[in-house]
Amino acid sequence: MSELLTGWTSPDRALALPVTVAIPLLGIAALLLVRRNPNAREAASLLSGVALVVAVLGLWPVAGDDLRFELWTWLPGLSLEFALEPLGLLFATVAAVLWPVTTVFAAGYLRADGEHAQTRFFSFFALTIAAAMWIALSGNLVTLFIGYEIMTLATWPLVAHKGGADARRGARTYLVVLLTTSVGLLLPAIVWTWLLAGSTEFRPGGLLTGHAGTGVLTVLFALYLFGIGKAALMPVHRWLPAAMVAPTPVSALLHAVAVVKAGVFTVLKVAVYVFGLDTLGESGASRPVMWVAAFTVLAAAVVALRSDNLKRRLAYSTVSQLAYIVLAATLARDVALAGGALHMVTHAVGKITLFLCAGAIYVTAKKTKVSELDGLGRAMPWTFGAFLVATVSIVGLPPAGGMWSKWLLLLGTVDAEQFVMLAVLLVGSVLSLGYLMPITVRAFFRPPHGPLTHGEAHPAIAGPLTLTALGCVALFFAADAVLAPLTGILELP
Amino acid sequence: MIATHYVYWLLFALMMIGLYVVISHGNMLKKLIGLSLFQVGVFLFFISLGKVDGGSAPIVSEDVETYSHPLPQVLILTAIVVGVATLAVGLALAVRIFESYGTVEEDQVLLRDADDREQDGGAS
Amino acid sequence: MTAHLPVLQVLVPLVCAPFCVLLRSRTAAWLLFLFAALASLTCAVLLAVRVGGDGAQRYEMGGWPAPAGIEFVVGAFNTPVLLVVSAVAVVVAVYSRRSVTSEVDARRVPLLYTCLCLTLAGLLGLTVTGDVFNAFVFLEISSLSTYALVAMGRHRRALLASFRYLVIGTVGATFLLIGIGLAYAVTGTLNMSDLARRVADLGDDGGGNRALYAAVVFVFVGLAVKIAVFPLHAWLPGAYAQAPSAIGAFLSATSTKVAIYVFCRFAFTVFGTTLVFGTMPIDRIGLALACLAMVAGSAVACFQTDLKYLLAWSSIAQIGYILAGISLATTAGVSAGYLHVINHAVLKAALFCAAGLLVLRLGSARFTALAGLGRRMPWTFAAVVIAGLGLVGVPPTAGFASKWALLTALVDQGQWAVVAAVLASSLLAMVYIGRIVEVAWFREPAEPGTGPTASKAPASMVAAIWVLVLASVYFGLDATWPAGLADAAADALLANGGE
Repeated sequence: MSELLTGWTSPDRALALPVTVAIPLLGIAALLLVRRNPNAREAASLLSGVALVVAVLGLWPVAGDDLRFELWTWLPGLSLEFALEPLGLLFATVAAVLWPVTTVFAAGYLRADGEHAQTRFFSFFALTIAAAMWIALSGNLVTLFIGYEIMTLATWPLVAHKGGADARRGARTYLVVLLTTSVGLLLPAIVWTWLLAGSTEFRPGGLLTGHAGTGVLTVLFALYLFGIGKAALMPVHRWLPAAMVAPTPVSALLHAVAVVKAGVFTVLKVAVYVFGLDTLGESGASRPVMWVAAFTVLAAAVVALRSDNLKRRLAYSTVSQLAYIVLAATLARDVALAGGALHMVTHAVGKITLFLCAGAIYVTAKKTKVSELDGLGRAMPWTFGAFLVATVSIVGLPPAGGMWSKWLLLLGTVDAEQFVMLAVLLVGSVLSLGYLMPITVRAFFRPPHGPLTHGEAHPAIAGPLTLTALGCVALFFAADAVLAPLTGILELP
Repeated sequence: MIATHYVYWLLFALMMIGLYVVISHGNMLKKLIGLSLFQVGVFLFFISLGKVDGGSAPIVSEDVETYSHPLPQVLILTAIVVGVATLAVGLALAVRIFESYGTVEEDQVLLRDADDREQDGGAS
Repeated sequence: MTAHLPVLQVLVPLVCAPFCVLLRSRTAAWLLFLFAALASLTCAVLLAVRVGGDGAQRYEMGGWPAPAGIEFVVGAFNTPVLLVVSAVAVVVAVYSRRSVTSEVDARRVPLLYTCLCLTLAGLLGLTVTGDVFNAFVFLEISSLSTYALVAMGRHRRALLASFRYLVIGTVGATFLLIGIGLAYAVTGTLNMSDLARRVADLGDDGGGNRALYAAVVFVFVGLAVKIAVFPLHAWLPGAYAQAPSAIGAFLSATSTKVAIYVFCRFAFTVFGTTLVFGTMPIDRIGLALACLAMVAGSAVACFQTDLKYLLAWSSIAQIGYILAGISLATTAGVSAGYLHVINHAVLKAALFCAAGLLVLRLGSARFTALAGLGRRMPWTFAAVVIAGLGLVGVPPTAGFASKWALLTALVDQGQWAVVAAVLASSLLAMVYIGRIVEVAWFREPAEPGTGPTASKAPASMVAAIWVLVLASVYFGLDATWPAGLADAAADALLANGGE
């Protein structure tokens, strides 16, 4: 037993890492065993979720110890390995903490909506979380790529869950865009990196530093950023609105947390460990993509502003906010990157709240359009209260976590002397206020179209979204604690 | 060049005639005839490689000084067996095709196949 | 006994063949084939171990020393092929028992196993032989028995497919014979090592000997027919799709692979790398044809409405990957080619076996018959999807490992156009595999009456399919073993045959 405990976090063979990845898989086995009894099945899901949270939080004290665990050699000279580093820890924590919350919500939602194939749903849900853990903890590019593809495939049945022509078309777009970009651009980029540097390991200071000229770096950087389709940089963002055909809990966890955050996490990781911020900054290899990211911030916000469908509006809001994080990576400044990493957390908590609210509105009031929400706030005060808090966080106002991430991003643009980008970020925030605020305003201050026949959502639905809304506020006060591990890799003021 | 190596030219002409028959004819029996011509051309080519000027057949005898090279002839014996086997399989197939389609013309067979597929209700 | 392993490898299936006819019993014939396959696998494994320990093994037939006598050579360059062929034979043997009885007339079953034994003997012989003329003979043994096997398919269309294969295949084999004859005329020897030495003595560019150049061209065109390199592929779809399912699985996994090995053997160890890839433009032609094969094969596969034809066209594209790796003529490239030979054999055998199971239970592998059955036959379709993802090259399946190796080799040589073709082909593969998934899960069954008819899937067939599928996943997660074999093979070939 004592041997197990010392092996748990020993630097060269930390058992904690593979176990963390395995917990959701064990959860799948458990929930399949008791699939006949829905209550036991959801309990199994929830239990593994809690176990995962404990396991991931247990990694925080050892964040700076450079834990590694080699799985096995995959090809001669290339091994699959896990390694713990601050960015990965942040991503793992976000995904792990939000999983049990969403599980409770999903149980309430699926039952209220009478969905079919719920066991399949929860199994693939857990598989996606396992893939997210794999990505977060992967120690080199090949390991990461494998997790990235497993995640694409594991989420596909979730997106197509409803069946029918619409779901089929959406799921097809989803798969085609994600696989095309990853196989067509990301894989060649990884292979090229391997040939240039002789390794695919994530190395502080940049794997490619000193191995390639500016031209090659620029092309490679573009290959990476468009290849990581999950980061939804325009024009490879098409999958995200298409995937909104999925049930709302899927949109919430996968398209506010696991999938899109896996994308931007990979972007941040590539910027820091493959290119190196210094190399990126000096060579200017990230400049061209920076403009694409800026365009995405604004264009997606405008589309969101013009969408009446609530989920579509949230989807384009996600595209716009993800571009903030990508922009942070392209600025290649420590402060900006810290802002990006923090935005990964605050946006995840904020956006999942918004999606959960959208789900609550759909199952309780059967409304999917913004224009139909007039006066609903009186019937569903908790839901729209949470929506308001999350809006504040996404826009970047106090007292919510989003304020700090946007603040750091702005500092980053000043540090990099990119004043156009400063303006882009500010305009983007104003636009986000424009597309999110009217929703709560309508709900609370407009008279309802007809008599309201329903009250607040079921507690299993309203509870989680209140919790995540509180999380938005908590992040305002805990931003320093969240950023603490990053000081090991970034120089922060 | 042509004068000294006329045999090779003739044999390659024979091969090409055989190959042309294979390609140009839709009748399966004619295809097989072409195939055989082609193969025979190759066999003869091999044997002509082993011919030594003034050499006699490679049967040991006291009053012969030079022999033709025996190895190609031995090899071609094997190849002829292979050729005969191929022809036999080909003819057997042609017979089976005639039994089930009533023709050995390739385009006719294809036509009747297309009818099959329409009746099956799906193309392949 | 162990000294005779190289010849036993070929002899056991060859001797089993006549007994299959003579015994006239279905079970006895099947047992004999199973025995032959197991014996070959044992020999292959023992040989691989010995080659790993003491290097290449040489065996002189009848005690006649080379170059006059025929010589069998087993080295690092052909052990992977021996292992793949014999291992697939064992799996197909297990699979074939139920599959063949359902598709082939009972009286013909012993004959089928006879031909299967002969095909196996021919393929193994082609792999171990160290004599070029002997290679032609083994090629014809395997081809002739293959024509007969294809003709045993369920539909009368199989006869036409077989006849076409016979005509094209014979022309190809005869081309090979012309090439061998010309090489013999130039060098006066048929032994591969001896040929290699004498060709090398002629000088780097073959001494400008035009007959030698012609020999190279004839040999490669002949082999290209057998490999089904793109414009010479016409025989393949019909032959694989119309043959009985077990035969389709066996052929798709082995026959083109052995032909590819022979291509490597001729290119690297007989004529020599400098002559074939330096003086003659076989590398550039190979790369160009490989690109065409990858894109065209996958594109045509996307439009097929029958699972077996789809798989056959996909084979043409996958052969393009292998050819591209080999045409690079670098250690990394040849190794990638070998790795894909192994991985593709496993994946395609799994897919054809699964298609055979569908034929058994549904009576057809056409998409109209498969519509909406994903839920009713989840395991079979799961196998199709996992192996299909391998063809796309998605991790963690075997296809990803070989694609990684191939991309590395291509990028290393700066062949960006080929990289683009590989990626385009992967995306097209995604389209055709995606079509299968959509048909199986998201389409309504054509008529309410259709569905699995036979009571249950035979355990032997399911076991064979899943052994292959799991092997493909294992080779994707831990590619060290196949990649180690492939690396050793590439090293041996490029170091002039490890001779």
